[in-house]
Amino acid sequence: MIFQDILFYFFSTILIASALGVITVRNPVNSALLLVLSFVTCAGLWLLLEAEFLAITLVLVYVGAVMVLFLFVVMMLDINLDRLREGFWKWFPFGAMIALVIVVEISMVLMGKYFGYEEMPLPEPKGADYSNTKELGRLIYTEYVYAFELAAVLLLVAMIAAIALTLRHREDKKSTNPFKQVKVRKEDRIRIVTTMSAEKKE
Amino acid sequence: MENIQQQFVEILGAEWGGMMFSLASNMTFIFAIVVPLLLGVAYLTFAERKIIAYMQIRVGPNRVTFFGIPWLRGWGQPIADAVKAIMKEIIIPTNANKFLFILAPVLTIMPALAAWAVIPFSPELVLADINAGLLYILAMTSMGIYGIIIAGWASNSKYAFIGAMRSAAQVVSYELAMGFALVCVLMMSQSLNLGDIVNGQKGNSLLNWYFIPLFPMFLIYLISGVAETNRAPFDVAEGESEIVAGFHVDYSGMAFTVFFLAEYSNMILVAALTSIMFLGGWLPPIDIAPFTLIPGFIWLLLKIAFILFFFLWFRATFPRYRYDQIMRLGWKIFIPITLVWIVLLGAIMQLPESIRNAFPLNIWF
Repeated sequence: MIFQDILFYFFSTILIASALGVITVRNPVNSALLLVLSFVTCAGLWLLLEAEFLAITLVLVYVGAVMVLFLFVVMMLDINLDRLREGFWKWFPFGAMIALVIVVEISMVLMGKYFGYEEMPLPEPKGADYSNTKELGRLIYTEYVYAFELAAVLLLVAMIAAIALTLRHREDKKSTNPFKQVKVRKEDRIRIVTTMSAEKKE
Repeated sequence: MENIQQQFVEILGAEWGGMMFSLASNMTFIFAIVVPLLLGVAYLTFAERKIIAYMQIRVGPNRVTFFGIPWLRGWGQPIADAVKAIMKEIIIPTNANKFLFILAPVLTIMPALAAWAVIPFSPELVLADINAGLLYILAMTSMGIYGIIIAGWASNSKYAFIGAMRSAAQVVSYELAMGFALVCVLMMSQSLNLGDIVNGQKGNSLLNWYFIPLFPMFLIYLISGVAETNRAPFDVAEGESEIVAGFHVDYSGMAFTVFFLAEYSNMILVAALTSIMFLGGWLPPIDIAPFTLIPGFIWLLLKIAFILFFFLWFRATFPRYRYDQIMRLGWKIFIPITLVWIVLLGAIMQLPESIRNAFPLNIWF
C-alpha cells in the first residue's frame, strides 16, 4: 500500500506543477508540452485507480493525436505574447467565475460526507484477469448505445463542418491528379521516330 | 526463481524482500531485452549496408574485421561506428532551445524501448503480460512522434522544422490506417492481449495465421509501419536530397546516434508486431516434429528477420514518394480499405453457423 501512496503523491505533484506551468509559462510551445506532461501523469493516476483502458486511451488519443496537432499549429503560428496578455483584465471576471465553480466542485468532493458520500461504497478491487476494456465495450454497445452513437455523430458533424468551412477551391492551383498520373502509359508520352542517322547505320 | 525469492525474503524481511525481488527480476528481464535489442540494432545497420550493397552489385563494408578474424570482414563495422559516435562532440546550436534540444532524442528512444515490455517472446517469456497489450503498444508508438517534432522545433533551423512538420503529418495519418488494421486483428482474436492474439492463430499449420484471412490488412499494416518509422520510400522527414537530414540536421555525435537507435529499434518493433499479429508469433509454420522441436523464441526471431528484410528491400528498390502522394495513399486509399474491411469482417462474424459450414475450405469464418 505504501508504494502506491508514494506513486500517487509522485504523479500528483508532477501533475499539479505541470498544470500550473501550462498557464504560467511564457512560451506557448513549452506550455503545450507541459500539457502533454500533465496528460501523461494523469494517465498514471488513472492506472492507480485500475482504469487501465481509460489511462491508455488518454495517452493514445490526447497525447498521441490531439496534442501532436496542437503542437503542430502552435509551432506554425507566430504568436505575439504581448497581444495575448492585453485582454487579461477584460477576461478576468469570467476566469474568476470558472475558478469559483471549480473550487466549489472540488470542495464538494472533499466534504463528501455532507452530500451523501457514504451511500456510494468504494468499489471492490478487481482481480488481475478482470478486463475493464471488455466491460466498457459491453456497456457502450448495449446500455448506452444511443448516447454513444449520438456522440459519434456529433463528432462527425463537427469534423465535416470544419472541413466545409475551411476548404477553398482555388482556380489557379497547379496540383496534379495522381490517379491520372498512375494510368499514364508509355504511348501517351513518347513517340519513337526513326532518324536519318539511325537509318544509315542499318 | 523461487529459491532466489526465498533468499531475498530471508535477507530483507517479508515485506521488502518480495518487493526487491520483483524489482531485481524485472530489471534483469529489462536488461535481457534491451541489450540484445541494441546489439540487434547495431547489426541491423550492418545487414542493411551489406544487403543493399549486394542488391546494387557492390560489396559494402568489408574493412573492419572482428577481433582480427580474416573471414569476418566488415563484422566489426557497427562496433567501430558506435565508438566513433560516442567520441564525437555534441554540438548545440547557439539559438537552439537547449533543454528541449537535449530532451528530444530521449523522448524518441523512450517509447521505442518501452513498447517492448509487452512483446511475448514465447508463451511464458513476456515482461508484462497485460490485458490491454495492444492498446499499450499503440499508445507507446504514438508518443514517438514528440521527439521528432521537438527536435525540429528546438533546433531553430528551417530544414529541421520542415522535416518535423512533414513527419508529424505523416505519422498521424498513417497511425489511423495502422490502428484500423489492428482493429481487424483484435476482432478475429477477440482479445487485446498479445499472447492471446498469438494463441488465436494456433492450428495445424501456417494456414491458421491471420495474414491469410486478413491479407489486405497485413499489407496495409506493413506499409503503414514503414511510413510510421519514416523509412524509405516514405523518408521525406529526412529527405537527404531535399532537406539535408530533416529533423536531425543539427544533431551530432551521440545525440544523433540516439535518433538512429530509435529509428532502428522501431523498425525491429514493427517487424516483431507484424510477426505477432499476422505471422503467428512464436508458433512454428507446421505443427509437426522437426518444426515443433525448435523453440518458439527462434521462430519469432526468424519471422522478425524476414519482415526486416522487407524493410531493407523496400529501401533498395523504391524511389522516394512525393509528399502529396504519401498523404493520398494514407487518407484516400488505406483508410477507406480498412474501414470497409472492418464492416465486412463484422458482418461475417455475425453470420449464422449454418451458412459458415456451407462453405468448404473456409478459413475466413
